[in-house]
Amino acid sequence: MTEKKFVEVTAYYDSEGNISPLVIHWGDGSEYEIDKITDIRKAASLKSGGAGIRYTCRIKGQMRYLFLDDKRWFIEKIG
Amino acid sequence: MRNILHSDCNSFYASVECLYRPEIRDKPVAVGGDPENRHGVILTKNEIAKRFGIKTGQTTWQAKQLCPELMVIPPNFSLYKRFSDMTREIYLEYTSKVEPFGLDEAWLDVTGCVPNDKTGMATAREISNKIKNELGITVSIGVSYNKIFAKLGSDYKKPDAITEINRSNFKDIVWPLPVGDLLYVGKATRRKLSGIGVHTIGELANTPRGVLTDIFGKWGDILYTFSNGYDSSPVSEYTENSDVKSVGNSTTAPKDLTSEQDVDIVMNVLCDSVSRRMRESGLKGRTVSISVRDCNLFSFTRQRKLDEFTNITSEITRAAIRLFRDSYDWSHSIRSVGVSVSDLTSDTTAQQISFFEDPNKNIKLEKLDLAIDGLKNRFGTFAVCPAIMLIDKKLSGFDPIQEHTIHPVGFFK
Ligand SMILES: [Mg+2]
Repeated sequence: MTEKKFVEVTAYYDSEGNISPLVIHWGDGSEYEIDKITDIRKAASLKSGGAGIRYTCRIKGQMRYLFLDDKRWFIEKIG
Repeated sequence: MRNILHSDCNSFYASVECLYRPEIRDKPVAVGGDPENRHGVILTKNEIAKRFGIKTGQTTWQAKQLCPELMVIPPNFSLYKRFSDMTREIYLEYTSKVEPFGLDEAWLDVTGCVPNDKTGMATAREISNKIKNELGITVSIGVSYNKIFAKLGSDYKKPDAITEINRSNFKDIVWPLPVGDLLYVGKATRRKLSGIGVHTIGELANTPRGVLTDIFGKWGDILYTFSNGYDSSPVSEYTENSDVKSVGNSTTAPKDLTSEQDVDIVMNVLCDSVSRRMRESGLKGRTVSISVRDCNLFSFTRQRKLDEFTNITSEITRAAIRLFRDSYDWSHSIRSVGVSVSDLTSDTTAQQISFFEDPNKNIKLEKLDLAIDGLKNRFGTFAVCPAIMLIDKKLSGFDPIQEHTIHPVGFFK
């Protein structure tokens, strides 16, 4: 993955309006369940270009940054 | 002495565009009107474009002639507005006195808003880092004891810099600058000053006040005040809309709160400030709200209606703490807490005397608050406090009320 990749996300909205992403839909039909969110903070992504809320996600044993930038979700590119 | 910051986002529109387009970051970039349109002008340019002589206000086709490879991006104002709002949210974590000046600049009065041991410089560094990490853009910040010098400080060194202008260095930093650098000194004023041999801010400061008022009238007085660092105009309180519907205070704690005692301490400080402000404004309120944000940025608000209108510190504090205890399960430590009181009425409104309660009890508590307010007004916020605040002075050592309680609007508004 080299580019900023916008993705579809299934998320849980609690009654206070807090958002927890649950599943990432990869566009090619594959789905990635988020096993655990280890950190949530406001952050910019210099690598992929964007800013918003950054969820540090563990997916199949790997760490990925998932960003909620305004209303769209993207995965920060690796490397 | 006041601690005033002026924060200025560097090449604001261009920086936001470069954040979103990593591939153009090392190229000359400007945000501006269509180069095909002869009237389109450059609104902002990045540092690289600056080196080609690109200037704000140039027509886009002129700029293209100076630098044919210049990337000219059409403005996306809703995106800039979003970033402007995000910077303001960060500023408001430090103080409620945030006075925006355009989309990309703001004054902050952080006097007494942060734990005692933190200087204006340390706060400026924190804000600068936060904006860099959270928004991916940079700011220049001026730190000073008045708004005029703070503004000069943010212009002094760019990008991504902090300049402190204090009483001992202002003659070295400010006085050699051209008068035109002073806020609101335009071409006409500059020309007149040049006519009497005044070219620098220092020369202006050392011109007798009478000479300036003879030439400029009241404006001469302002010039004298600005150039000598005598400006005492306050930083306005930030308000979404100006009519008061609630009185509130919130704080991002100097460390994460991990126990009920921590929260009690912060609640005591906040409620003391809120209820004092209500008394100063002649208000009582009936609904107490708390807002809590945990270290994962999860937040909630809760509110509860009281039986009677009140502005008694101990009643508001008790209600806020009880509301917190009833609604938080301590799944995470807490980053920030806020308290506000709404459903306001004038404190002269006749009170219904409760059938079962001792009517003299409230009068006693009101007298107590009155006495404490008197002490605090004379000797400062920390003169008297509940014993719990002595347990952790790091948590209790911020003063949301500060010294300046009158909030007229900005300079010439
Ligand atoms: Mg700027």
